[in-house]
Amino acid sequence: MTEKTNIGSFLLSVAGARSCLLGLGMVALIGGQASAFTAYVSNEKSNTISVIDTDKFKVVKTIKVGQRPRGIGLSKDEKFILVAVGDDDTIEMIDVRTHEIVATLPSGPDPELFTQDPAGKILYVANENDNTVTIIDLERRVPLGEVQVGVEPEGMGLSPDGKTLVATSETTNMAHFIDTLTRRIVANVLVDARPRFAEFKRDASEVWVSSEIGGTVSVIDPVKHEVKKKITFDIPGLRKEAIQAVGISITRDGKTGFVALGPANRVAVINGATHEVQKYLLVGQRVWHMAFTPDEKYLLTTNGVSNDDSIIDVANLKIIKTIQVGELPWGIVISQQ
Amino acid sequence: MSASTDAAEINIGYLRRAEPKSALSLIEVPAANDGVAGARLAIDDNNTTGTFLNQQFSLEDVRLVGGADAVAATSALVERGVSLVIVDLPADALLKAADAGAARKLLFFNVGAIDDRLREEDCRANVIHTAPTRSMLADALAQYLVWKQWRRWLLVVGSHAEDKLYGDALRRSAKRFGARIVQEKVFEDTGGARRTDSGVVQIQRQLPVFTQGAPAYDVLVAADESEVFASYLPYRTWDPRPVAGSAGLVPTTWDGSHDQWGAVQLQDRFMRKFSRRLTARDMQAWTAARMIGESASRTRSADPKVMLDFLTGPDFALAAFKGQRLTLRDWNLQLRQPILLSDGRMIVSVSPQEGFMHQVSELDTLGVDRPESQCRLK
Repeated sequence: MTEKTNIGSFLLSVAGARSCLLGLGMVALIGGQASAFTAYVSNEKSNTISVIDTDKFKVVKTIKVGQRPRGIGLSKDEKFILVAVGDDDTIEMIDVRTHEIVATLPSGPDPELFTQDPAGKILYVANENDNTVTIIDLERRVPLGEVQVGVEPEGMGLSPDGKTLVATSETTNMAHFIDTLTRRIVANVLVDARPRFAEFKRDASEVWVSSEIGGTVSVIDPVKHEVKKKITFDIPGLRKEAIQAVGISITRDGKTGFVALGPANRVAVINGATHEVQKYLLVGQRVWHMAFTPDEKYLLTTNGVSNDDSIIDVANLKIIKTIQVGELPWGIVISQQ
Repeated sequence: MSASTDAAEINIGYLRRAEPKSALSLIEVPAANDGVAGARLAIDDNNTTGTFLNQQFSLEDVRLVGGADAVAATSALVERGVSLVIVDLPADALLKAADAGAARKLLFFNVGAIDDRLREEDCRANVIHTAPTRSMLADALAQYLVWKQWRRWLLVVGSHAEDKLYGDALRRSAKRFGARIVQEKVFEDTGGARRTDSGVVQIQRQLPVFTQGAPAYDVLVAADESEVFASYLPYRTWDPRPVAGSAGLVPTTWDGSHDQWGAVQLQDRFMRKFSRRLTARDMQAWTAARMIGESASRTRSADPKVMLDFLTGPDFALAAFKGQRLTLRDWNLQLRQPILLSDGRMIVSVSPQEGFMHQVSELDTLGVDRPESQCRLK
C-alpha cells in the first residue's frame, strides 16, 4: 500500500494534468509484467545515458558520455551502444556489458542522427553543421565517403533492403533519396519546414517524414518519390505553433504510427492505412523521440523539458508510467537483453 | 499563371546606406557589411537548395552614398532585371524606393526600419517587413518586466525623434500590460564626441545625479536609439536598479549568444564565412533572403506576384531558429516573430511570455494587432 501511494504521488508531481491516468495506470503497472529489455536514453544536457530496465521501468545505471549526446543506436549484434556526441564531433561506441567507451567513430562534424545498413556493417551519419552525410565502415571504423545534401541534414531513414537512404535537410526542407550503392542522390522531395525525422514502413511501401516547424508528416511513396499524403494535427486549445512533429515510430505490421509532437506534449496515434489521426496521448513536456520494446508491448518516449520518459501501453493506447531520467532526454533505443 | 516561369536565375537587389552607424560601446559599432552579410549567407543556403532544383541565387549590393537617390537606385536595379529588393534604409527613403518600384511590380523586403508607421498609415502592398516594429520590441520587453513583477518604471527618453517614437511605444506597452511609469525624464543630447581622452570620469558623476530623487521604481527603462546615453546607465543609477530598453536588458530579433532551437548551426555557418557574430540586422536580412528562397523553391517561380501570394498564403511557414514557425501578418505584411531579450552576453528570455494569450497566434500579442491596425493594403 505504501508503495502504491509513493508511486502515485510521484506521478502526480511530474504529470500534473495527467492525473486521470493514475487510477488506471497503477494497477496495470504493479500487476502486469514486461519482458526484461534494456532501454538507453541519451540526455542532451547532462551528457549521460540513462539505462532503464523495462521490467521494472527503473533507471538502473547512468553512463557518462561526451558532450551533447543526441542520436543513439545499438550495433546489430547489440554489443555496443552508439551515441552521437555532437559537440565532440564524434560517435562513441560503448560496451553494453561494461558501459565503458571503447571507441569513437570518424563521424564528421556535429553528428546528430544516424542509421545502419541491415548487416550492421555501414553507418550513415547526418552532419548537421556540414551539409553532408558521412558513410562509415563500422568494423574498421573508417570513413568510406560522403554525400553532399541540403542545408543542415538531420533525419536518416534506411529502406528495409538497405538500398535507399533518406536524409532530411532542415533548412533546405527536402527529403533526399540516396542510392546507397552509387552514393548518389536520385530524388529530392520537398516537404514542410524543418524536416527532422524519416522512417520507412517495414514493407517499404511508405516513408514518413516529420516537419518540426511545418507541424506535419509527409507520407512519401519511395518509388514514385511523391508525397502521397500529408498528415496534419489539430489539437483543440493548442495554438498551431506549438504543434511540432519530430520522432516517428511505426509498428512492424505498419498498422499504427506514432508521431511525437514536441512542445504540444502529445504523441499522435495514426492509422497506418488511412493516415488519419486516431488519438492524442498526453505525455511529458517537449516529446522528442520514441522506441518500442522488442515485443512492441510498450513505446517509450523521451520528454525533453520534463526530464522524463513516458511509457505507452501500445495495445491500450494509454500512458502507464513516467520515469525520471537525466537532464533534457533526447534519443532512445531498446535492446533485446 | 503566364507570369510564372521555371526560374533558373534569381538576382536579388540590396539597397543600403553607405554611412556607418555609431554606438557608445565600441563592440556595438556595426561592421561595414552589417545586414548584407546575413543576406549573403542566406544566398549560400538558397543555392545549396537550388542545386537540387536548378535555381541559382545572387545578390546585387547597392550602397547609397551621401544624398544619393533611392528612386534612381531602384530604377537602376530594374534595368538590370532585378524584381526583388532587400532594403535597409530609413523610412522615408524606403517609401520612395517602394513607390518607384510599384509600377514595375517590384517586391521589397524591409530589413532595417522599425517604424510602426510603415506597417500602419504608411503601409505598402509591395513591402514585406522582416524587421520588427518598435511596438513589437517594446511589448516583448514589457511582457517580461510585468512577468517579473517589475511594474514600476522610471522612463528616460532621448531628445531625438526616433528616441521619442521608442518612448511612445514603451508608454503604449506599459499601459497595455499593466506597468506604471512613475516618472518620465528627458535626456537632452547636448552634442559632443562619444569617445574622449578624459574618459568616463564625468559620466560617473553625472548619471547618479540625473537619476536621483525619482519616486520608488523597479526598473529604469531607457529609449535611446540615437546612442547618446542609455549605455552609460547600468551600474550608475542613484538607486540600485536594473536598466532595460536601449541598454541593459534589450529586446532584439537576434543576438550572437542565441543558441536555442538549432541556432548554433546558423551561428557557426555565419562565423565561418564572416569571422564575426551574426547581428539582428544580419538576421533580418537572412530571413528576407530565405523567404525569397523558400518562395522560389515552393512555387518554382521568381515572379514577385507569385511569391507574395505564397508568402501571405496558408502554406508559408519559415524555420528561422526561433522555436516556432514564422508567418506574415496578411493585413500589413509584417513578419510574426518571437523577440529575444538579451543582456549583451546571454539570452535572458524570449517573448511572448507564457500567459499572454491570443486567439490567432501568441506572436500577435507583440505589436499592433489586426483590430487596431490602420493599414489598408491596396
